[in-house]
Amino acid sequence: MALDIQDIRKDFPILSRKVNDKPLVYFDNAATSQTPQQVIDCIVDYYSSYNANIHRGVHKLSQEATDKYEQARHTIQKHFNAKHAFEIIMTSGTTHGINLVANGFSAFLKSGDEIIVSALEHHSNIVPWQMLCERTGAILKVIPMNNEGELVIEQFENLLTDKTKLVFVNHISNALGTINPIEHIIQKAHEVGAAVLVDGAQACPHIQVDVQALDVDFYVASAHKMCGPTGVGMLYGKETWLNKLPPYQGGGEMIAEVTFEKTTYADLPHKFEAGTPNICGGIAFGAAVDYLNQIGLENIEAYEHELLVYATEKLLEIEGLKIYGTSKHKTSVISFNLEGIHPYDVGTILDKMGIAVRTGHHCAQPIMDYFKIPGTVRASFAFYNTKDEIDLLVSGVKKAKMMLS
Amino acid sequence: MSIKNIQQDIIEEFSMFDDWEERYQYMIDLGKSLPLIDEKFKTEDHLIKGCQSRVWVNAELKDDKVLFTADSDAIITKGIIAILIRVFSNQNPKDIIEADTEFIDEIGLKEHLSPTRANGLVSMIKQLKMYAIAYQTQLS
Repeated sequence: MALDIQDIRKDFPILSRKVNDKPLVYFDNAATSQTPQQVIDCIVDYYSSYNANIHRGVHKLSQEATDKYEQARHTIQKHFNAKHAFEIIMTSGTTHGINLVANGFSAFLKSGDEIIVSALEHHSNIVPWQMLCERTGAILKVIPMNNEGELVIEQFENLLTDKTKLVFVNHISNALGTINPIEHIIQKAHEVGAAVLVDGAQACPHIQVDVQALDVDFYVASAHKMCGPTGVGMLYGKETWLNKLPPYQGGGEMIAEVTFEKTTYADLPHKFEAGTPNICGGIAFGAAVDYLNQIGLENIEAYEHELLVYATEKLLEIEGLKIYGTSKHKTSVISFNLEGIHPYDVGTILDKMGIAVRTGHHCAQPIMDYFKIPGTVRASFAFYNTKDEIDLLVSGVKKAKMMLS
Repeated sequence: MSIKNIQQDIIEEFSMFDDWEERYQYMIDLGKSLPLIDEKFKTEDHLIKGCQSRVWVNAELKDDKVLFTADSDAIITKGIIAILIRVFSNQNPKDIIEADTEFIDEIGLKEHLSPTRANGLVSMIKQLKMYAIAYQTQLS
C-alpha cells in the first residue's frame, strides 16, 4: 500500500516548525524519532486523567493506570510476537536492557569463557561486556567487518567454540545502517550452546521483528526510536532465560516476600522491574507501537527503501562524496563524507539551512577507526520524510562543499 | 591594541554581513588563513579533545606577552579559533585572564561556544586562560 506521506506528516507537529528561519528537515531519525500527536495525546491524557502508581493501589486511578500499563505490555508482546507478556521486561531503554542481561550473566560466567560481540557495535554495546569480562575473567572476541560495513560471517563461525557463552550483535548498525544476518548468527550460536542477545534499537522502527521466528534469547529496543517517548524501552527474554537470570536491581515491585532473613523475588516480569517504572512512558510506548502498526511496518520498510535508493543516487552525483556502509542489506541510513572536508563543518552548514543530521563517530569509534576517518555525516530517514527533503539535503551538501572547499 | 578594542573591531566587521552565509564564508576564509601551529606542537599534549573536532593550542611568553598559535581539523572551528587568537594573542597575561568572550554573542556565533557543541572551543578558551594564569604567576 502506498503511504500518503503528506497526511502522515500532519500527525507530527514538530515537522512544521522552522529552524534558523528554514522549514525543519529532520534527518536524525537514527538518534531519535519524532513523536506523533497520537502519542503526545496519550502522554497528556495520562497526566490529565489517571496519573497514579501501579500494581499496588486499591483505588480507581491506580487500577486504571495499571490496566493501561499492562495493556501496553501486551501490545508490545503482540508486536514482537513474544510467547508471553511476562517475557517483555519494561526498561528505561536499550542500554538498560543490555546492562540487565550483562549483569545477570556474571552469575553464569567463569574465567576463560568467551563472549562474542561485533565490530559494528555502538559504545553502549561494548562497554557492558568489557565490564563483564573484567568481573568474570571471560574473554571478549570481536566479529570483524569488511569494507562494505558488513560482518564477516565466516570469521564469526571460526570464533565460536564450546566456551562461547554469549553472542551479542546489533540487528542493524546505527552508524552505517547495515542489516546483520542475525537469523544465521543465532542459529550458529545455538549450535555451540551460546545464548544470543540482539540490540534491535535501530531495527524496530524500520522492520517487523518476530522474536519467536528468530529464536533469539534476548532482544532489546528503545521506544524513542519508534515514535515513542525517551526513557523507556523493552527487553524481551525467553522465559527460561529470564527465570535463570538473577535480578538486576533490588527495590519495590520486584519482591514477593521480604523478611530480614530472606527475600523471595516476584514472578516475571516484576522480578526485573524494581521501583516505580516510567508508567506514562510505558503506556505511550504502547501507543507508539499502535501508531506504527496502523501505518504498517511493511509499508514503512518499502517507502524508506525508496528514500534510501533515491538519496544514495542523488548524493553520489556529488563529486568527492563517499558513502560509508555500502551493504546491499541496509536501512535508510547514509553515512558519508566530502573529500578533504571535516564532517563537523558539513553538519554545521546543514544546520544553518534547517537540516538536522548527526555528525561525529556516532558512538561507534571502532567503525571510524576501521575506515581511518574522524567521523561521518549521517542522514537517517524515517517514513515521514520526503524526496523533496532529500533534494534539500543534496543542495545543502553541495552548498557546504562550495563554501568549505 | 587592547582586547576590548579588537573585540569592537570584530563586531564592526561582522556587522557588515547581511546573512549567515556571508558570516560563515568569512569565518571559513579566516580559518584557511590562520597561521598554522608548528607541526611539532600538534601532539597529544597540545590537543584539546572536543569529541567532534580536535583543537591544538600552543602558548609562548615573549616580552611579557602571551603568543598563542592554534589549529583544528574542522575549518569552521578553525575560523573561530582565528578570531579568538586575534583577541587573546599578543596580550598581557592579566588582560587575558580578565577578558570575557561576550563579543561572540554579538557576532552571532554564540552557538559555537556552547558547552554541548563538543567542538573543543569552550575548553580552548579555558586553556588560553590557564596559560595566561601560569605566565602571570611566572611574571609576578
